[in-house]
Amino acid sequence: MINRHRLETLSEPVLEWVIRLCGISAIIFVFGIFFFVFREGADFLFRGLDLVEFFTSPEWYPTSVSHKRYGVLALIAGTASVTVLAMVIAVPFGLGAAIFVSEFCGPKLKETFKIIIELLAAIPSVVWGFIGLTIMNEMIIDLFNAPIGLTVLNGGIILALMSVPIIVSIGEDALKAVPDSYREAAEALGASRWQVIYRVLLPAAKNGLLAAVLLGVARAIGETMAVLMATGHAVKIPHSLLDSVRTLTATIAAELGEAPVHSDHYQVLFIIGVLLFSITFAVNLTADLVVKGIRQK
Amino acid sequence: MTGKQETVSLFKPKLGGADTGLQKELATGNESFFTTTPFDRKKRLTEIVAKSVLLLMTLLMVIPLILIVCYLLYKAFPVLSLDFLFTNPTRGMRAGGIWAALLGTMYLVVISLLVSAPIGVLAAIYLSEYAGDNWLTRIINLAVVNLAGVPSIVHALFGVGAFVLFARMGRSILAASLTLAIMTLPVIIAATNEALRAVPMAFREACWNVGATRWQTIRSIVLPNSISGILTGIILQVSRAAGETAPIMFTGAVFYKAISEGDPFAYGLFDQCMALSMHLFTISTQVPGVPEAVPYGTAVVLLGTVLLVNMLAIVLRMYLRSRKKW
Repeated sequence: MINRHRLETLSEPVLEWVIRLCGISAIIFVFGIFFFVFREGADFLFRGLDLVEFFTSPEWYPTSVSHKRYGVLALIAGTASVTVLAMVIAVPFGLGAAIFVSEFCGPKLKETFKIIIELLAAIPSVVWGFIGLTIMNEMIIDLFNAPIGLTVLNGGIILALMSVPIIVSIGEDALKAVPDSYREAAEALGASRWQVIYRVLLPAAKNGLLAAVLLGVARAIGETMAVLMATGHAVKIPHSLLDSVRTLTATIAAELGEAPVHSDHYQVLFIIGVLLFSITFAVNLTADLVVKGIRQK
Repeated sequence: MTGKQETVSLFKPKLGGADTGLQKELATGNESFFTTTPFDRKKRLTEIVAKSVLLLMTLLMVIPLILIVCYLLYKAFPVLSLDFLFTNPTRGMRAGGIWAALLGTMYLVVISLLVSAPIGVLAAIYLSEYAGDNWLTRIINLAVVNLAGVPSIVHALFGVGAFVLFARMGRSILAASLTLAIMTLPVIIAATNEALRAVPMAFREACWNVGATRWQTIRSIVLPNSISGILTGIILQVSRAAGETAPIMFTGAVFYKAISEGDPFAYGLFDQCMALSMHLFTISTQVPGVPEAVPYGTAVVLLGTVLLVNMLAIVLRMYLRSRKKW
């Protein structure tokens, strides 16, 4: 007994250090990700990449024999177009569903909806991509008489379905966080349920709902497999919903396998990775600050 | 005003959203306190319209899931059999089953779990039991959120840069699993943290009062009381890791690799492997002339695995909630 006791007292400090180390592991990994992705692309970034051309030229010809051009404007436009479309669909539906689940449902129904939404969130992105490639593709060709269904519209709808669960679950949390006394006060003044929602809950929960939308945006920007499979492979600035595009993420996924290691092309893909990391980092940080904003109030 | 009496109940039975007060009022209208004005009726109409529109929106999000699953099952039906699971793909992946991919996915999931579960659980223990309310804790929480938000393809780039090239693992199961482990870490941290925080403070205080150290308290009181919540997090990690494609595409998964059928130890740690998610991507985009049912079958197996694992987590959580004593 005494030996065991001694062993425990001796091992506890060691264990606590291990716990502390694991505690800061998330910080280490986030820095690690930035460092290693940046490191692979840094050489070309400082040596030859024309940053002005990189951001303003829509010409992406990384494998051209005579004149290689690395302009990501068309890719950014691709990402922006599907993200915007996805949000136009997902934000009203997601927030609507969040309000319904949080304010109008009985406990049983609420539980059921939450489970279904959780399952919706669990569907792997490659399965969504497959759905876009097969089911949605055929539907769009039939409905719009389009030559090809792998378009902004297809990718946008798929991304909307993927970001809705995030918006619903975080939006619902935000609504749940509004104190019941607010609702009681409003109802005591004779407000109907809808009036309570519209005049009291939405203003009170607006930061949380904004954070929900931002996290949905981050998900849509970062999504890879679904847009790779569902938006076609045309590097161009889209002019209509029925144009094919290619996003930043899809470009990396499609070309990394073919680019020779440490070639300029390969390094540019890592620079796009740094760009993506920075965008999503900024969006997530903003969402976090917005949420913190409510807590401090 | 209009002769027709409608009722508005003064006291709603339960405030705060968790009831269907409106229907009850309409059904039982016997607590008559006021006659309605046009204003009231407009109010009620708005309420009904709002409720129906919101219900419609919710259903529009929920119904696709059910329809999609049914449609996939219907299309996949011709190939679904035990043979499909336990034979290798043949004829350039245009026939045969998915054994190599299925086993590869299991390898990736198990190894990534072995790495991320201990780190994730310990990190959550730190956040919940050790960390004070200071700047470090805030930064850790921010890092966890951001780690969860990093795009999967950026994780892939990280895996290539750090594990495949820098650590010289090459494209291997090990490199792919480590990439997956880091990607799924936030899932475990978040779930475990929540489970640990649900243990009442009084439990810990009682334990400290009889002279237990911090770690003894964690081991004998906090962990046993939150083990189901932690398990839920681990199960969710499995589902997430099984479904990911982008992070393993360039770190260890390959288009095709034949392994001996029926041998569960067919892969080595430094081998490349096939994976279900990657296989679905390959046969639906890269290989021409695959019979339609084969990719549908693969999609159903992948989706089925992920959804079943998630259901398991949900059932576990419900069971836990029903048994909760405090």
